[in-house]
Amino acid sequence: MSTFAEFLINGVSLGSIYALIALGFVVIFRATEVVNFAHASLLLAGGYVTAVLHDNLGFWFALLAGVAGAALVGAAVEFLVMRRHRGGDHSVLAIVTIGVDILLATELTRRIGTDILALGDPWGDGVVTFGPVTVAQTRIAALLAAALLITAFLLAFRYTSWGVAMRAAAENQETAALMGIRLGRVSLGAWAVAGALAAVAALFLTVFPTPGLERGTALAALKAFPAAILGGLDSTTGALVGGLLVGVTESLATGYQSDLAFLGRGIGDLAPYLVMVVVLLIRPAGLLGTKELARV
Amino acid sequence: MSDRLRNLPAKVYAGAAAVLVLLALPFYLDRFWLQAGLFAMAAALGAVGINLLTGATGQLSMGHAFFLAVGAYGYCALAGDGADGLAGLGLPGWLAAVLAVALAGVAGGLFSPIAGRLHGAYLGIATLALIFIGQHVLFNAHDLTGGYNGRAVPPLSLFGLTFDDTELLVAQIPFGAVEKLWYLGLALLLGGVLFARGVLRGRPGRAMNAIRDHRIAAGVLGIPVARHRAAVFVLSSMYAGLAGVLLALVFQRTVPEYFGMALSLEYLAMIVIGGLGSVAGAVAGGVFVSLLPQLLNRYSDALPLVSAPGTGGIAPGEAARYLYGAAVVAVVLFLPGGLVRLAARKSTEPSGEAR
Repeated sequence: MSTFAEFLINGVSLGSIYALIALGFVVIFRATEVVNFAHASLLLAGGYVTAVLHDNLGFWFALLAGVAGAALVGAAVEFLVMRRHRGGDHSVLAIVTIGVDILLATELTRRIGTDILALGDPWGDGVVTFGPVTVAQTRIAALLAAALLITAFLLAFRYTSWGVAMRAAAENQETAALMGIRLGRVSLGAWAVAGALAAVAALFLTVFPTPGLERGTALAALKAFPAAILGGLDSTTGALVGGLLVGVTESLATGYQSDLAFLGRGIGDLAPYLVMVVVLLIRPAGLLGTKELARV
Repeated sequence: MSDRLRNLPAKVYAGAAAVLVLLALPFYLDRFWLQAGLFAMAAALGAVGINLLTGATGQLSMGHAFFLAVGAYGYCALAGDGADGLAGLGLPGWLAAVLAVALAGVAGGLFSPIAGRLHGAYLGIATLALIFIGQHVLFNAHDLTGGYNGRAVPPLSLFGLTFDDTELLVAQIPFGAVEKLWYLGLALLLGGVLFARGVLRGRPGRAMNAIRDHRIAAGVLGIPVARHRAAVFVLSSMYAGLAGVLLALVFQRTVPEYFGMALSLEYLAMIVIGGLGSVAGAVAGGVFVSLLPQLLNRYSDALPLVSAPGTGGIAPGEAARYLYGAAVVAVVLFLPGGLVRLAARKSTEPSGEAR
């Protein structure tokens, strides 16, 4: 029972990180209706900046720099590429982000090479024990940080004028523009926020028990895609639900993989995608996504 | 009759000349170029398939690598004789190739409940699952796929001709596997291109474009949207399967690592660079993206900035990725319509046609 509790806590913590990534992804989708396939590369960029700078700046400033760096990369992608093609076909725009992803990922993996970079986090491999349940400190930090950021984000989304502008743009771009909302600024903001959230997620994807930032980290970040889509691409709550679902499933599947040996090694990495396929079979719009209705 | 011959457009003559040149190439080129050409043909076939889906119907797929793998491994498993300890049915090569393509189609069909209902980029994310499922199976189903080390590809035999390295003298030129496969590849590519053009120019093509441009309007016109999406998905996976079989025959060994996400991205890059929705564009893009790394590799000494892998500079493979990644972005920004639009613009300029 206590191992189950451990898996569950780890899963929720992991899921909250996926939720952070998925949230950024959903924000970009809502603001611009573009599916951003370069999201994993944004995350890798943030993690890389943190990893490179932590020796000189200390961890906290390096993290700040990483967050700022990823936000900057996101904003740059929006400003240099996506903005030039605003209003284009969304499928084509999605492919453009794939092009951006190829560029960013190639550059970052070339820089990282075969190294495993530490991010210099203060938690190390410390653990916390609650009775029979042992949880790594990093997992608790991840859970708290994610909960804090997600709450702050949702509050900002609901109550600040930035959030109102973002939601208005998502609801109806033309009307929002006519009401004086500057769509360019909204979409720039969305990309920057998504990059910043991804950079924080990069930190928690690479701390203990994972060895550190490596080229494979982008693959771990990709699991936020099934999280976003199974929650419903246009729903921020959906991103949270999807993230948690994916995190818990992965953690349980990895934890009990000796019992699942007939499915082959590494089933935990596959579990998020299997959950996604099952959910999409039953609800093609995702768990909380808006079922598409259109007036012709 | 002679009138009609004279009135044939220049395009037909150019095409005929190109075919003649392609037919003559194995007599002149060495193994490297022929192999590069075969990779380009396989890539072009796969690109034609994914362009039917993504370009013509507007359905994004990241799972193309999976269907390539189904084709390649399907062929190995069906044609293998089980001598290497891996599962093999020992079917004749041509039958195995046909069945492998059908198998890719069946795999596409199994995904159709999702492929039919999701649209555009949603499907793109959903098909990510296929890549990871594919990689998982390839690495874990040892008996079928040989696991990490992959499995050897049994040579294809057709009408008593075996496509392996036993040399066959044709006009004093020794014909090995690549020379023979060259003609097979050409025939398959030609067939694939003609079939895709037929699909695009006929009723199904109109329906697919209508779905891409406005799927509700298409539905109102009486086009069964979900069924068409599913059908195109199946067709595109069969093209991928065929490309997979050809690739396997050229490689002579299939390894699971090759069929990862990078491969799917390559195929998407091909169709964007070449031109979305056009068969000729898919071929052009396929040739461009698949030849690029091999050319850079071959001439890495002579090129600035590029150096052999492991010497510190930018490796040829990476340089190729930079180039086609940038090409995707640049094409969408500055040349919507891709390489074919470039050609079309030139040829229509004198007549003053706007588009």
